[in-house]
Amino acid sequence: MHSLLKTTVRGTAIGLLAAVTLVACSGPGEPEAPGTEPRMRLITTAQYINSLKYVFGPSVHTQGEFSPAARTDGLLANGAAIAGVNTSQLEQFQRAAASAAAQVVNEEHRDYLIPCKPAAEDAADNACAEKFLSQTGRLLFRRALTDEEIGAYVASAEEGATSLNNFYTGLATALEGMLISPDLLFVVENAEPDPDNPGQLRLDAYSLASRLSYFLWNASPDDKLLTAAESGELQTEEGRARAVDRMLASPRLEAGVRAFFDDMFAFDDFNTLSKDPLIYPAFTSVTADAAREQTLRTVVKHLIDDQKDYRDLYTTRSTFISPELAVLYEMPAPAGWTPYTFPDDSLRAGLLTQISFLTLHSHPGRSSPTLRGAALREVLLCQHVPPPPPNVDFSALSNPDSHYPTQRLRVEAHLETPSCAGCHRITDPMGLALENFNGEGRHQETENGVLIDASGNLDGVEFENVVGLAAALRDNPALPSCLVQRVYSYGSGGPAGAEENLLLTYFNEKFAAEGYRFPDLLRQIALSDAFSRVVAGWTPPPFEEEPDGGEQPDTSEQEILTMTRNTAH
Amino acid sequence: MKKLSRRRVLRGMVNGSAVSIALPLLNCFLNENGTALASGAPMPVRFGTWGYGLGMTANVFVPKKTGPDYDLPEEIASWASVKQHINLFTNATAFPDDAPNPCHYTGWVIGRTGVAPMDGKTIPGETIDVTIANQIGRTTRFRSLTATANADVRTTYSFENSTTPNSPEWSPLQFYNRLFGPEFPDPNATTFNPDPQVRVRKSVLSGVMDQTRSLMRNVGAEDRQRLDQYFSGLRQLENQFAQRLEKPEPIAGCRPGEAPISDPPMDKTAESVALRHRMMTDLMVMALACDQTRVFNMAYSSAASAIIKPGYEKPHHTTTHEEPIDAQLGYQPNASWFTRRAMESWAEFVSAFTTVKEGDGTLLDNVLIYATTDHGYARMHSMDGMPVFTAGRAGGKVKTGIHVDLEGGAGTRVGYTALRLMGVDTPSWGTKSNRTSAEVGEILA
Repeated sequence: MHSLLKTTVRGTAIGLLAAVTLVACSGPGEPEAPGTEPRMRLITTAQYINSLKYVFGPSVHTQGEFSPAARTDGLLANGAAIAGVNTSQLEQFQRAAASAAAQVVNEEHRDYLIPCKPAAEDAADNACAEKFLSQTGRLLFRRALTDEEIGAYVASAEEGATSLNNFYTGLATALEGMLISPDLLFVVENAEPDPDNPGQLRLDAYSLASRLSYFLWNASPDDKLLTAAESGELQTEEGRARAVDRMLASPRLEAGVRAFFDDMFAFDDFNTLSKDPLIYPAFTSVTADAAREQTLRTVVKHLIDDQKDYRDLYTTRSTFISPELAVLYEMPAPAGWTPYTFPDDSLRAGLLTQISFLTLHSHPGRSSPTLRGAALREVLLCQHVPPPPPNVDFSALSNPDSHYPTQRLRVEAHLETPSCAGCHRITDPMGLALENFNGEGRHQETENGVLIDASGNLDGVEFENVVGLAAALRDNPALPSCLVQRVYSYGSGGPAGAEENLLLTYFNEKFAAEGYRFPDLLRQIALSDAFSRVVAGWTPPPFEEEPDGGEQPDTSEQEILTMTRNTAH
Repeated sequence: MKKLSRRRVLRGMVNGSAVSIALPLLNCFLNENGTALASGAPMPVRFGTWGYGLGMTANVFVPKKTGPDYDLPEEIASWASVKQHINLFTNATAFPDDAPNPCHYTGWVIGRTGVAPMDGKTIPGETIDVTIANQIGRTTRFRSLTATANADVRTTYSFENSTTPNSPEWSPLQFYNRLFGPEFPDPNATTFNPDPQVRVRKSVLSGVMDQTRSLMRNVGAEDRQRLDQYFSGLRQLENQFAQRLEKPEPIAGCRPGEAPISDPPMDKTAESVALRHRMMTDLMVMALACDQTRVFNMAYSSAASAIIKPGYEKPHHTTTHEEPIDAQLGYQPNASWFTRRAMESWAEFVSAFTTVKEGDGTLLDNVLIYATTDHGYARMHSMDGMPVFTAGRAGGKVKTGIHVDLEGGAGTRVGYTALRLMGVDTPSWGTKSNRTSAEVGEILA
């Protein structure tokens, strides 16, 4: 089989059109960055489901909860660029694929999802199968299929239709094959010479379309974006700007923004968050889901609908309340999700004071200034809090005679031990400011009868309570620069290296100049030269085809015999 | 494309080759006393692992007596009814050497790979169960099965390679459906109607495999390994399709039972964990009895376990570090409470394998289970004084009911012994101070 991606993209009109492109995409002043290696990202559950929903419509239900990638440098998205697929995941993909394919060809959907009618339903119809499979395959694989590939899938459909005496079942089987194909499950990027910068490499048009689409929509490119890639438009400065602006204006942006913040805030931890049922009986998995949703709704409204300053997310009193959350916020339950603004004298100000942050970074039966402080540093400021040393002596904390009525007194014991003090000084002072909220996020004034002292400081800024912490966080320069780092890393598919510091500084300055508006940041990064640059000189290592004449062994007799030899007792 | 032909395998068996691993265990092929196959080959031996977090407290866990018939201190008192099946190795060490030694990580990673990890995220390579599955698990429907009782899909001690965890089954309902749902090739079904669509599916997979190979050209060396991993998965899938097209031979002990109506509570209380552990165990045992796999992994808890004791404010991990030692008892009572719950589940796990009759013994006689944790004394993150245990007689090659004091030596000796028992012909296991070529001779029959 041909080298698919190279032949389809580079051999067609794109190369010709790219030659007349005027300038590269970078804005004036963008520092040189080395770019990334082409990535091969494993598709996530949400990306798979979103993509199928956009291709086949929302009434084709795709179920599945594929195993998550490992969180890498703060993001699951980075882990997807190195994660492999195990057999149990493939079984899940296969099941999801079979279910989706069966729905697409069923009587409810076939009339509008399949662009033709077979000559006879009980026999193969290659022309109709080809029409459907080439159109659908292009959307699923994020590129046009080669003639050879189309031929192979049509042959599968034909074999299925003939042996099952049913055109639609045959077609479904071929579609199933597409839905578990490596071309769908792995988002493979390819490089090509950059005609505007001789000697340099860039992503090819299809790869750029995919990178943009997963970045902004968390789904595969739509027909228009693929068309822009195929026509060469996407590789022009104006064309790319048009495409990105269209994507930013699309309703699909919301799913993309939700996916990014869900990842950055480590909200996947909500999947397993559980509180002590005796200490916090009101907190259930339903509450956990609602807490996650509350923050995502707040983020989308603030950043996308209202296009407000990112930093103000950490002080805003505007949010949404649901019946499940009302009990923890100690207010009357609304009928459903309802916009709500906390009064000015409330301690609820910004994302830190929402149930999501407070519960995710607490213990099952109590709050944790240390966990909350560490999360603030690591999740929101991209700072690294060292783990506890291996041979730590907990005797100060374990003193059976001591009794600490408040968390403040308890965690201060850490400071008596030099090996603990270093790290706890960078987490506890801001974590303690959240002590007016217990482990399920409920407001509290006292602990064990003692009035809670919620004063503290963040990087030298002193405050009296959590409202002061929120303001200090809002004005901390690491807050927006952390977001910039995460967004760039999320979009480009891997952790940013030291050689990208200048670039990140540049993005930071632009972000500040635009009033910290999130869509502007997305646009800036999506249109940057660095976003599509591939490290100079990158080339896949030579690949030697296995000399097997095209036939792959099954779990063959050879294998059985080998095993037999190995296990002979 | 050639496919595995059951008839050919049977012929091979009659001819005396040791292909007993290739097929479900058939009672009709047992010899007269039911302990071996008619060909003279021994019963298939299966391998499993069990993992839990946060070690133990030596003064209430380590028996005073070594050798057979060891005493059961209070933390392992729950082993009473299954002690005769368990070998306990105490005083083992996991050596970080010059690696950084991230807490709650290095210990179990050494136990499963023999190698100290270079950070708190990276696995040095395939885990011991994968090595063994490649040896004994290639012909069953599943090369291996992995489950966790803590309802967290991220809790696994099994890795195909440094980037591919074997993600666990975390929902008993989903696990049941995967094992015994519509795709289950029931060996005892009275009728056999192969789904013709499966044959077509299998054929389509061949085309997909070709695509994997063509993609290989365009990617870097590490990504080729990932594609290769995917390719292996496809072949396993193809193998599953192939098996669904052939009538399986009956297996008397295979009785899957009804599907659970719904999942149990998915919270982290010790009670819920124990319940899910019981359900997962029953499914795993039945998967073995039906010869759906020969390698299995069960996690009771993650390394820094977050299990909850209702009414007590801290989860297990925090408890080990922060709970005072009770002066009268001489240990941390709540931390020990958590360990006792884990040991009860371990005892139930071992016991469950004795409920399936096999030959003139039970399934457990033909199993070796290897159990590890992350620390010795979790309160101090200690890497010495670690416990390791095994259960089962590995087809008669292992003596059980023995307590061995490893005297501060490498715990990897137990893993190495397991590898050798499973036929992995390797002169040593592990690296640096964890490298060993010495089996634990005390347990070898």
